[in-house]
Amino acid sequence: MANLKDLKTRIESVKSTRKITKAMQMVAAAKLRRAQEAAENARPYGERMAAVMGNLAQGAAGSETAPKLLAGTGSDKVHLLIVATSERGLCGGFNSSIVKLAKSHAENLVAAGKTVKILTVGKKGREQMKREWAGSFIAHVDHSAVKKLGYVNAQAVARDVLQRFEAGEFDVVTIFYNVFQSVVTQIPTARQLIPAEVETAGGDAPFYEYEPDEDEILAELLPRAMTTQIFTALLENAASEQGARMSAMDNATRNAGEMIEKLTIEYNRSRQAAITNELIEIISGAEAL
Amino acid sequence: MADMMQFDLVSPERMLASFEASEVEIPGAEGDFTAMPDHAALVTTMRPGVLKAKGAGQTSEYVVTGGFVEVSGAGVSVLAEHAVPRDEISRDAVEAMIAEAESAAAEVTPGLKDAADKRIADTRGLLEQLGL
Repeated sequence: MANLKDLKTRIESVKSTRKITKAMQMVAAAKLRRAQEAAENARPYGERMAAVMGNLAQGAAGSETAPKLLAGTGSDKVHLLIVATSERGLCGGFNSSIVKLAKSHAENLVAAGKTVKILTVGKKGREQMKREWAGSFIAHVDHSAVKKLGYVNAQAVARDVLQRFEAGEFDVVTIFYNVFQSVVTQIPTARQLIPAEVETAGGDAPFYEYEPDEDEILAELLPRAMTTQIFTALLENAASEQGARMSAMDNATRNAGEMIEKLTIEYNRSRQAAITNELIEIISGAEAL
Repeated sequence: MADMMQFDLVSPERMLASFEASEVEIPGAEGDFTAMPDHAALVTTMRPGVLKAKGAGQTSEYVVTGGFVEVSGAGVSVLAEHAVPRDEISRDAVEAMIAEAESAAAEVTPGLKDAADKRIADTRGLLEQLGL
């Protein structure tokens, strides 16, 4: 049996681990609330944007002058995958699930003879993708210094992507992120940004007058709609990350508790054994006299 | 004729205002206009400027930089890229906007140069309009 002193140190160390995971869980819970609020606040803008887009795109989708962002470049040879993950670890399967989805997507594309380029947002995803896909990396966006995710962060990503798209670096853009469902469930999702996927409202769309004309509005609206989608993705990701961390840390805290119980029982047993041993020695010593 | 309509002002980060308004003055890209209830359905872009919404009893003013307005039978939805209540705006904030417009103009493709220059001019105009 392990000696008493060792057991005692182990119990102490597990106890301090439990304190840390407990604290991290509480921090994540507080951050989650803020992240959820941010996601909630951004929703009306995204919804309106999608509605206006739907109306506009209905008319423009068929026409030959439709902008490339909506109609595509006419080919789908080169794909850009934006893999949005977190900057920090210790959040359960959060990053792995996104990376897994992105990897399988990339493998399918390569198998179909397409070229894959990858833009990573967040350190963790980059680390996990590096082993197999380092050759496809074209850029990385670091958000580790960002305290509160703002629209400007999404704008920076969008501007970069748009510039590369204008330069003809790729034909199709897809973003990978986790959709926040609840603290325990986050759904890894792939969403196509270019060509823009538009949900057209069924039925008769109200007839709008456009000022300036439709094409000009569309040309301005499309990049903004894409920025909004990236922003939404980043916000969903932020909420998911905190949710995932919260449940991961909750599990860790519980496991540490169980570990402490087990170790404490072992410690008590060993202590009792030592006492019994000593008694036996004394008694047998006395009997021998 | 209905004398009130729904007015919503949303920016990407939050919903700034949502109330019943009787008229909304909008700095449209092709000229300012005022939307009143039962205005024809319209979608337009905005230039940097001041947006005024007259609600029940009070008039709210916001400084907006670009974005979209959707006017429909149901009301007016303003999707502003950036919007700040007028009394919270400072000279520094407007100057930051000018700087941003200028840096955006520096890297814009030649075809969009005019629009970028117009944005700078409009943002500069804000300073005077706001009396800062």
